[in-house]
Amino acid sequence: MMSADKLLACGRGIFITRWMLLEVQDLTFCYPSGEGKVGVRSLHVAAGESLALIGPSGAGKTTLLKLIAGILEPKSGTMTLEGVALRGLSPSARRELRLRRMGVVFQDFALLDYLTVGENLLLPLSLGEGAKASHATKARTLVHRLEVGGYWGKRSVELSQGERQRVAIARALVHDPILILADEPTASLDSRRKDMAARLMLEECKARGAALIMVTHDPELLPRFDRVVNLEDLV
Amino acid sequence: MKTKGALQLAWRYVARHRVQSLLLALALGLVLALPLAVRVVVQAAEQQLRARAVATPLVAGPPGSSTDLLLAALHFRRDSKTTLPVSTCDDIRDTGLAEAIPLHVRYHAQGAPIVGTELDYFDFRGLKLAEGQMLTRLGDCILGSKVAATRGLQTGGSLFSSPEQVFDLAGVYPLKMRVRGVFAATGTPDDEAVFVDIKTAWLIQGIAHGHDDLVTVPANVLKQEEGNVVGNAAVRMFAEVTDANVASFHFHGEPGDYPVHGIVVLPHDAKSEAILSGRYQGSKELLIIRPSEVLEALLATLFQVETLVVAALAAVAGAALLVAALVFFLSFRLRQREFATLAEIGVGQGMLRLAKVAEVALVGAAAVVVALAVRTFAVAMTEAILAKSLGS
Repeated sequence: MMSADKLLACGRGIFITRWMLLEVQDLTFCYPSGEGKVGVRSLHVAAGESLALIGPSGAGKTTLLKLIAGILEPKSGTMTLEGVALRGLSPSARRELRLRRMGVVFQDFALLDYLTVGENLLLPLSLGEGAKASHATKARTLVHRLEVGGYWGKRSVELSQGERQRVAIARALVHDPILILADEPTASLDSRRKDMAARLMLEECKARGAALIMVTHDPELLPRFDRVVNLEDLV
Repeated sequence: MKTKGALQLAWRYVARHRVQSLLLALALGLVLALPLAVRVVVQAAEQQLRARAVATPLVAGPPGSSTDLLLAALHFRRDSKTTLPVSTCDDIRDTGLAEAIPLHVRYHAQGAPIVGTELDYFDFRGLKLAEGQMLTRLGDCILGSKVAATRGLQTGGSLFSSPEQVFDLAGVYPLKMRVRGVFAATGTPDDEAVFVDIKTAWLIQGIAHGHDDLVTVPANVLKQEEGNVVGNAAVRMFAEVTDANVASFHFHGEPGDYPVHGIVVLPHDAKSEAILSGRYQGSKELLIIRPSEVLEALLATLFQVETLVVAALAAVAGAALLVAALVFFLSFRLRQREFATLAEIGVGQGMLRLAKVAEVALVGAAAVVVALAVRTFAVAMTEAILAKSLGS
């Protein structure tokens, strides 16, 4: 179920079709308190496309990611992932979709302190379809690439902020999601590791045809993305 | 998958916080075990006491406390100071209604009571030799199975009776007794006793003694009066009965007046039992009891106390459970951020609730294990304490 209704122009004037993985249309949301209003008129992200989401603090970037992830429910509008309308799904179906098809890097990492790095990495899988040997192998590969492989058996509470952030990135990628949502995933990293983490996520995105939406305030990273979208422009 | 995932989460949390969880489980387990343990202790005591009492139709003893007589005659408690003359046995036999077996339970050896009695007692209690022979001579003893096992004694060995007071030079001298045999275990206070012939018990008490012959060794004679010979300090008193000196042992006083602490009365039939009980009812010289009746009165008091204690402990257990519930409630409140994280990752509310229930269940299960362990320990301790306090 892929919608193929967008044609994109490449540099030499040849039109090729890209499958729209995520489509957001006329989305509105506000918290019960009335604060944190978000409105998105139209946002389309194709498979294999990387998108940097920028905007001033408090503009609603994190909220938008949570809406796409199904953690929050929009007030109005439509959202489809692989052609499936997200708004019509029950909370449990949204959770299931998030566990199986999305990889989310939360701003606060969302790691459980009492679990080891390995357990944290495989937790979403064990809650979903169950972790396989191939998942464990990939998890180890990812943590080694992110230079936190030595902490596999350590509890996440024993790690530094930067290390926790890299573990959170690895967890978002371990189950080969088709949509990666990353909320400032490099905020706690030094420039070398920031570069390493960004490269890994972009490679994963391109290699598997997954879409990546990354919230960032880092101007150095922006040129690497296919598109840079300011949330204010989406309203 | 949902249940498995919830259980895994709960197990990981409990395992990571094992000290806190263990402390909580221990506290809960102990609180739950206490009423259980009290019940077990009372039941064990009741069973042991009742079995012995039912097996003993009547017991006679000096006037006084029925309970003291029960404990002295059935469980060989040593604090019995009052006695009655052994001739009472003959009086009972002479009625033609019952057999009588005397019991002398004043002394002890290595912490075990020395029970002076007659061979009939062994038949009555069904005591069988596991090794050795029956009593054949003054100064012989046969050990209960636990006495032999715990003191490392065996046939052919010996043990001393303990003096009542170490510093009382005029008091009872220890007697070196020859171990002639060991009884097979019966699971009763008999296993914890040292059995001697009643004459040996009187020998320990000083009613009988043996010493150098004053007739054949004139040097030992201090003075000789008409019909009476007084020895001097050189006369050796024997502390051990041997084949060589056994003939020198002799008794002083009127044999019928020698003391016993209780008499096991074995009526020939129910009618004889009723007649005997009636005959001595209200007697100022003799107390005769049905152990089962005395025990029932004792147990009634015990059960009243038990009910009160169990009720109090149950209230404490209830309060402890409420505190534990509060601990869980506060813990879950403090972990709101963690649960929100789990929800963000993709854990549903149902699974979260299941994980919380599983955590409580895991701690509860550990508490039950602790409670059962405490109960088992209480049973073992009770049996040991009962064996020690009622059997010796």
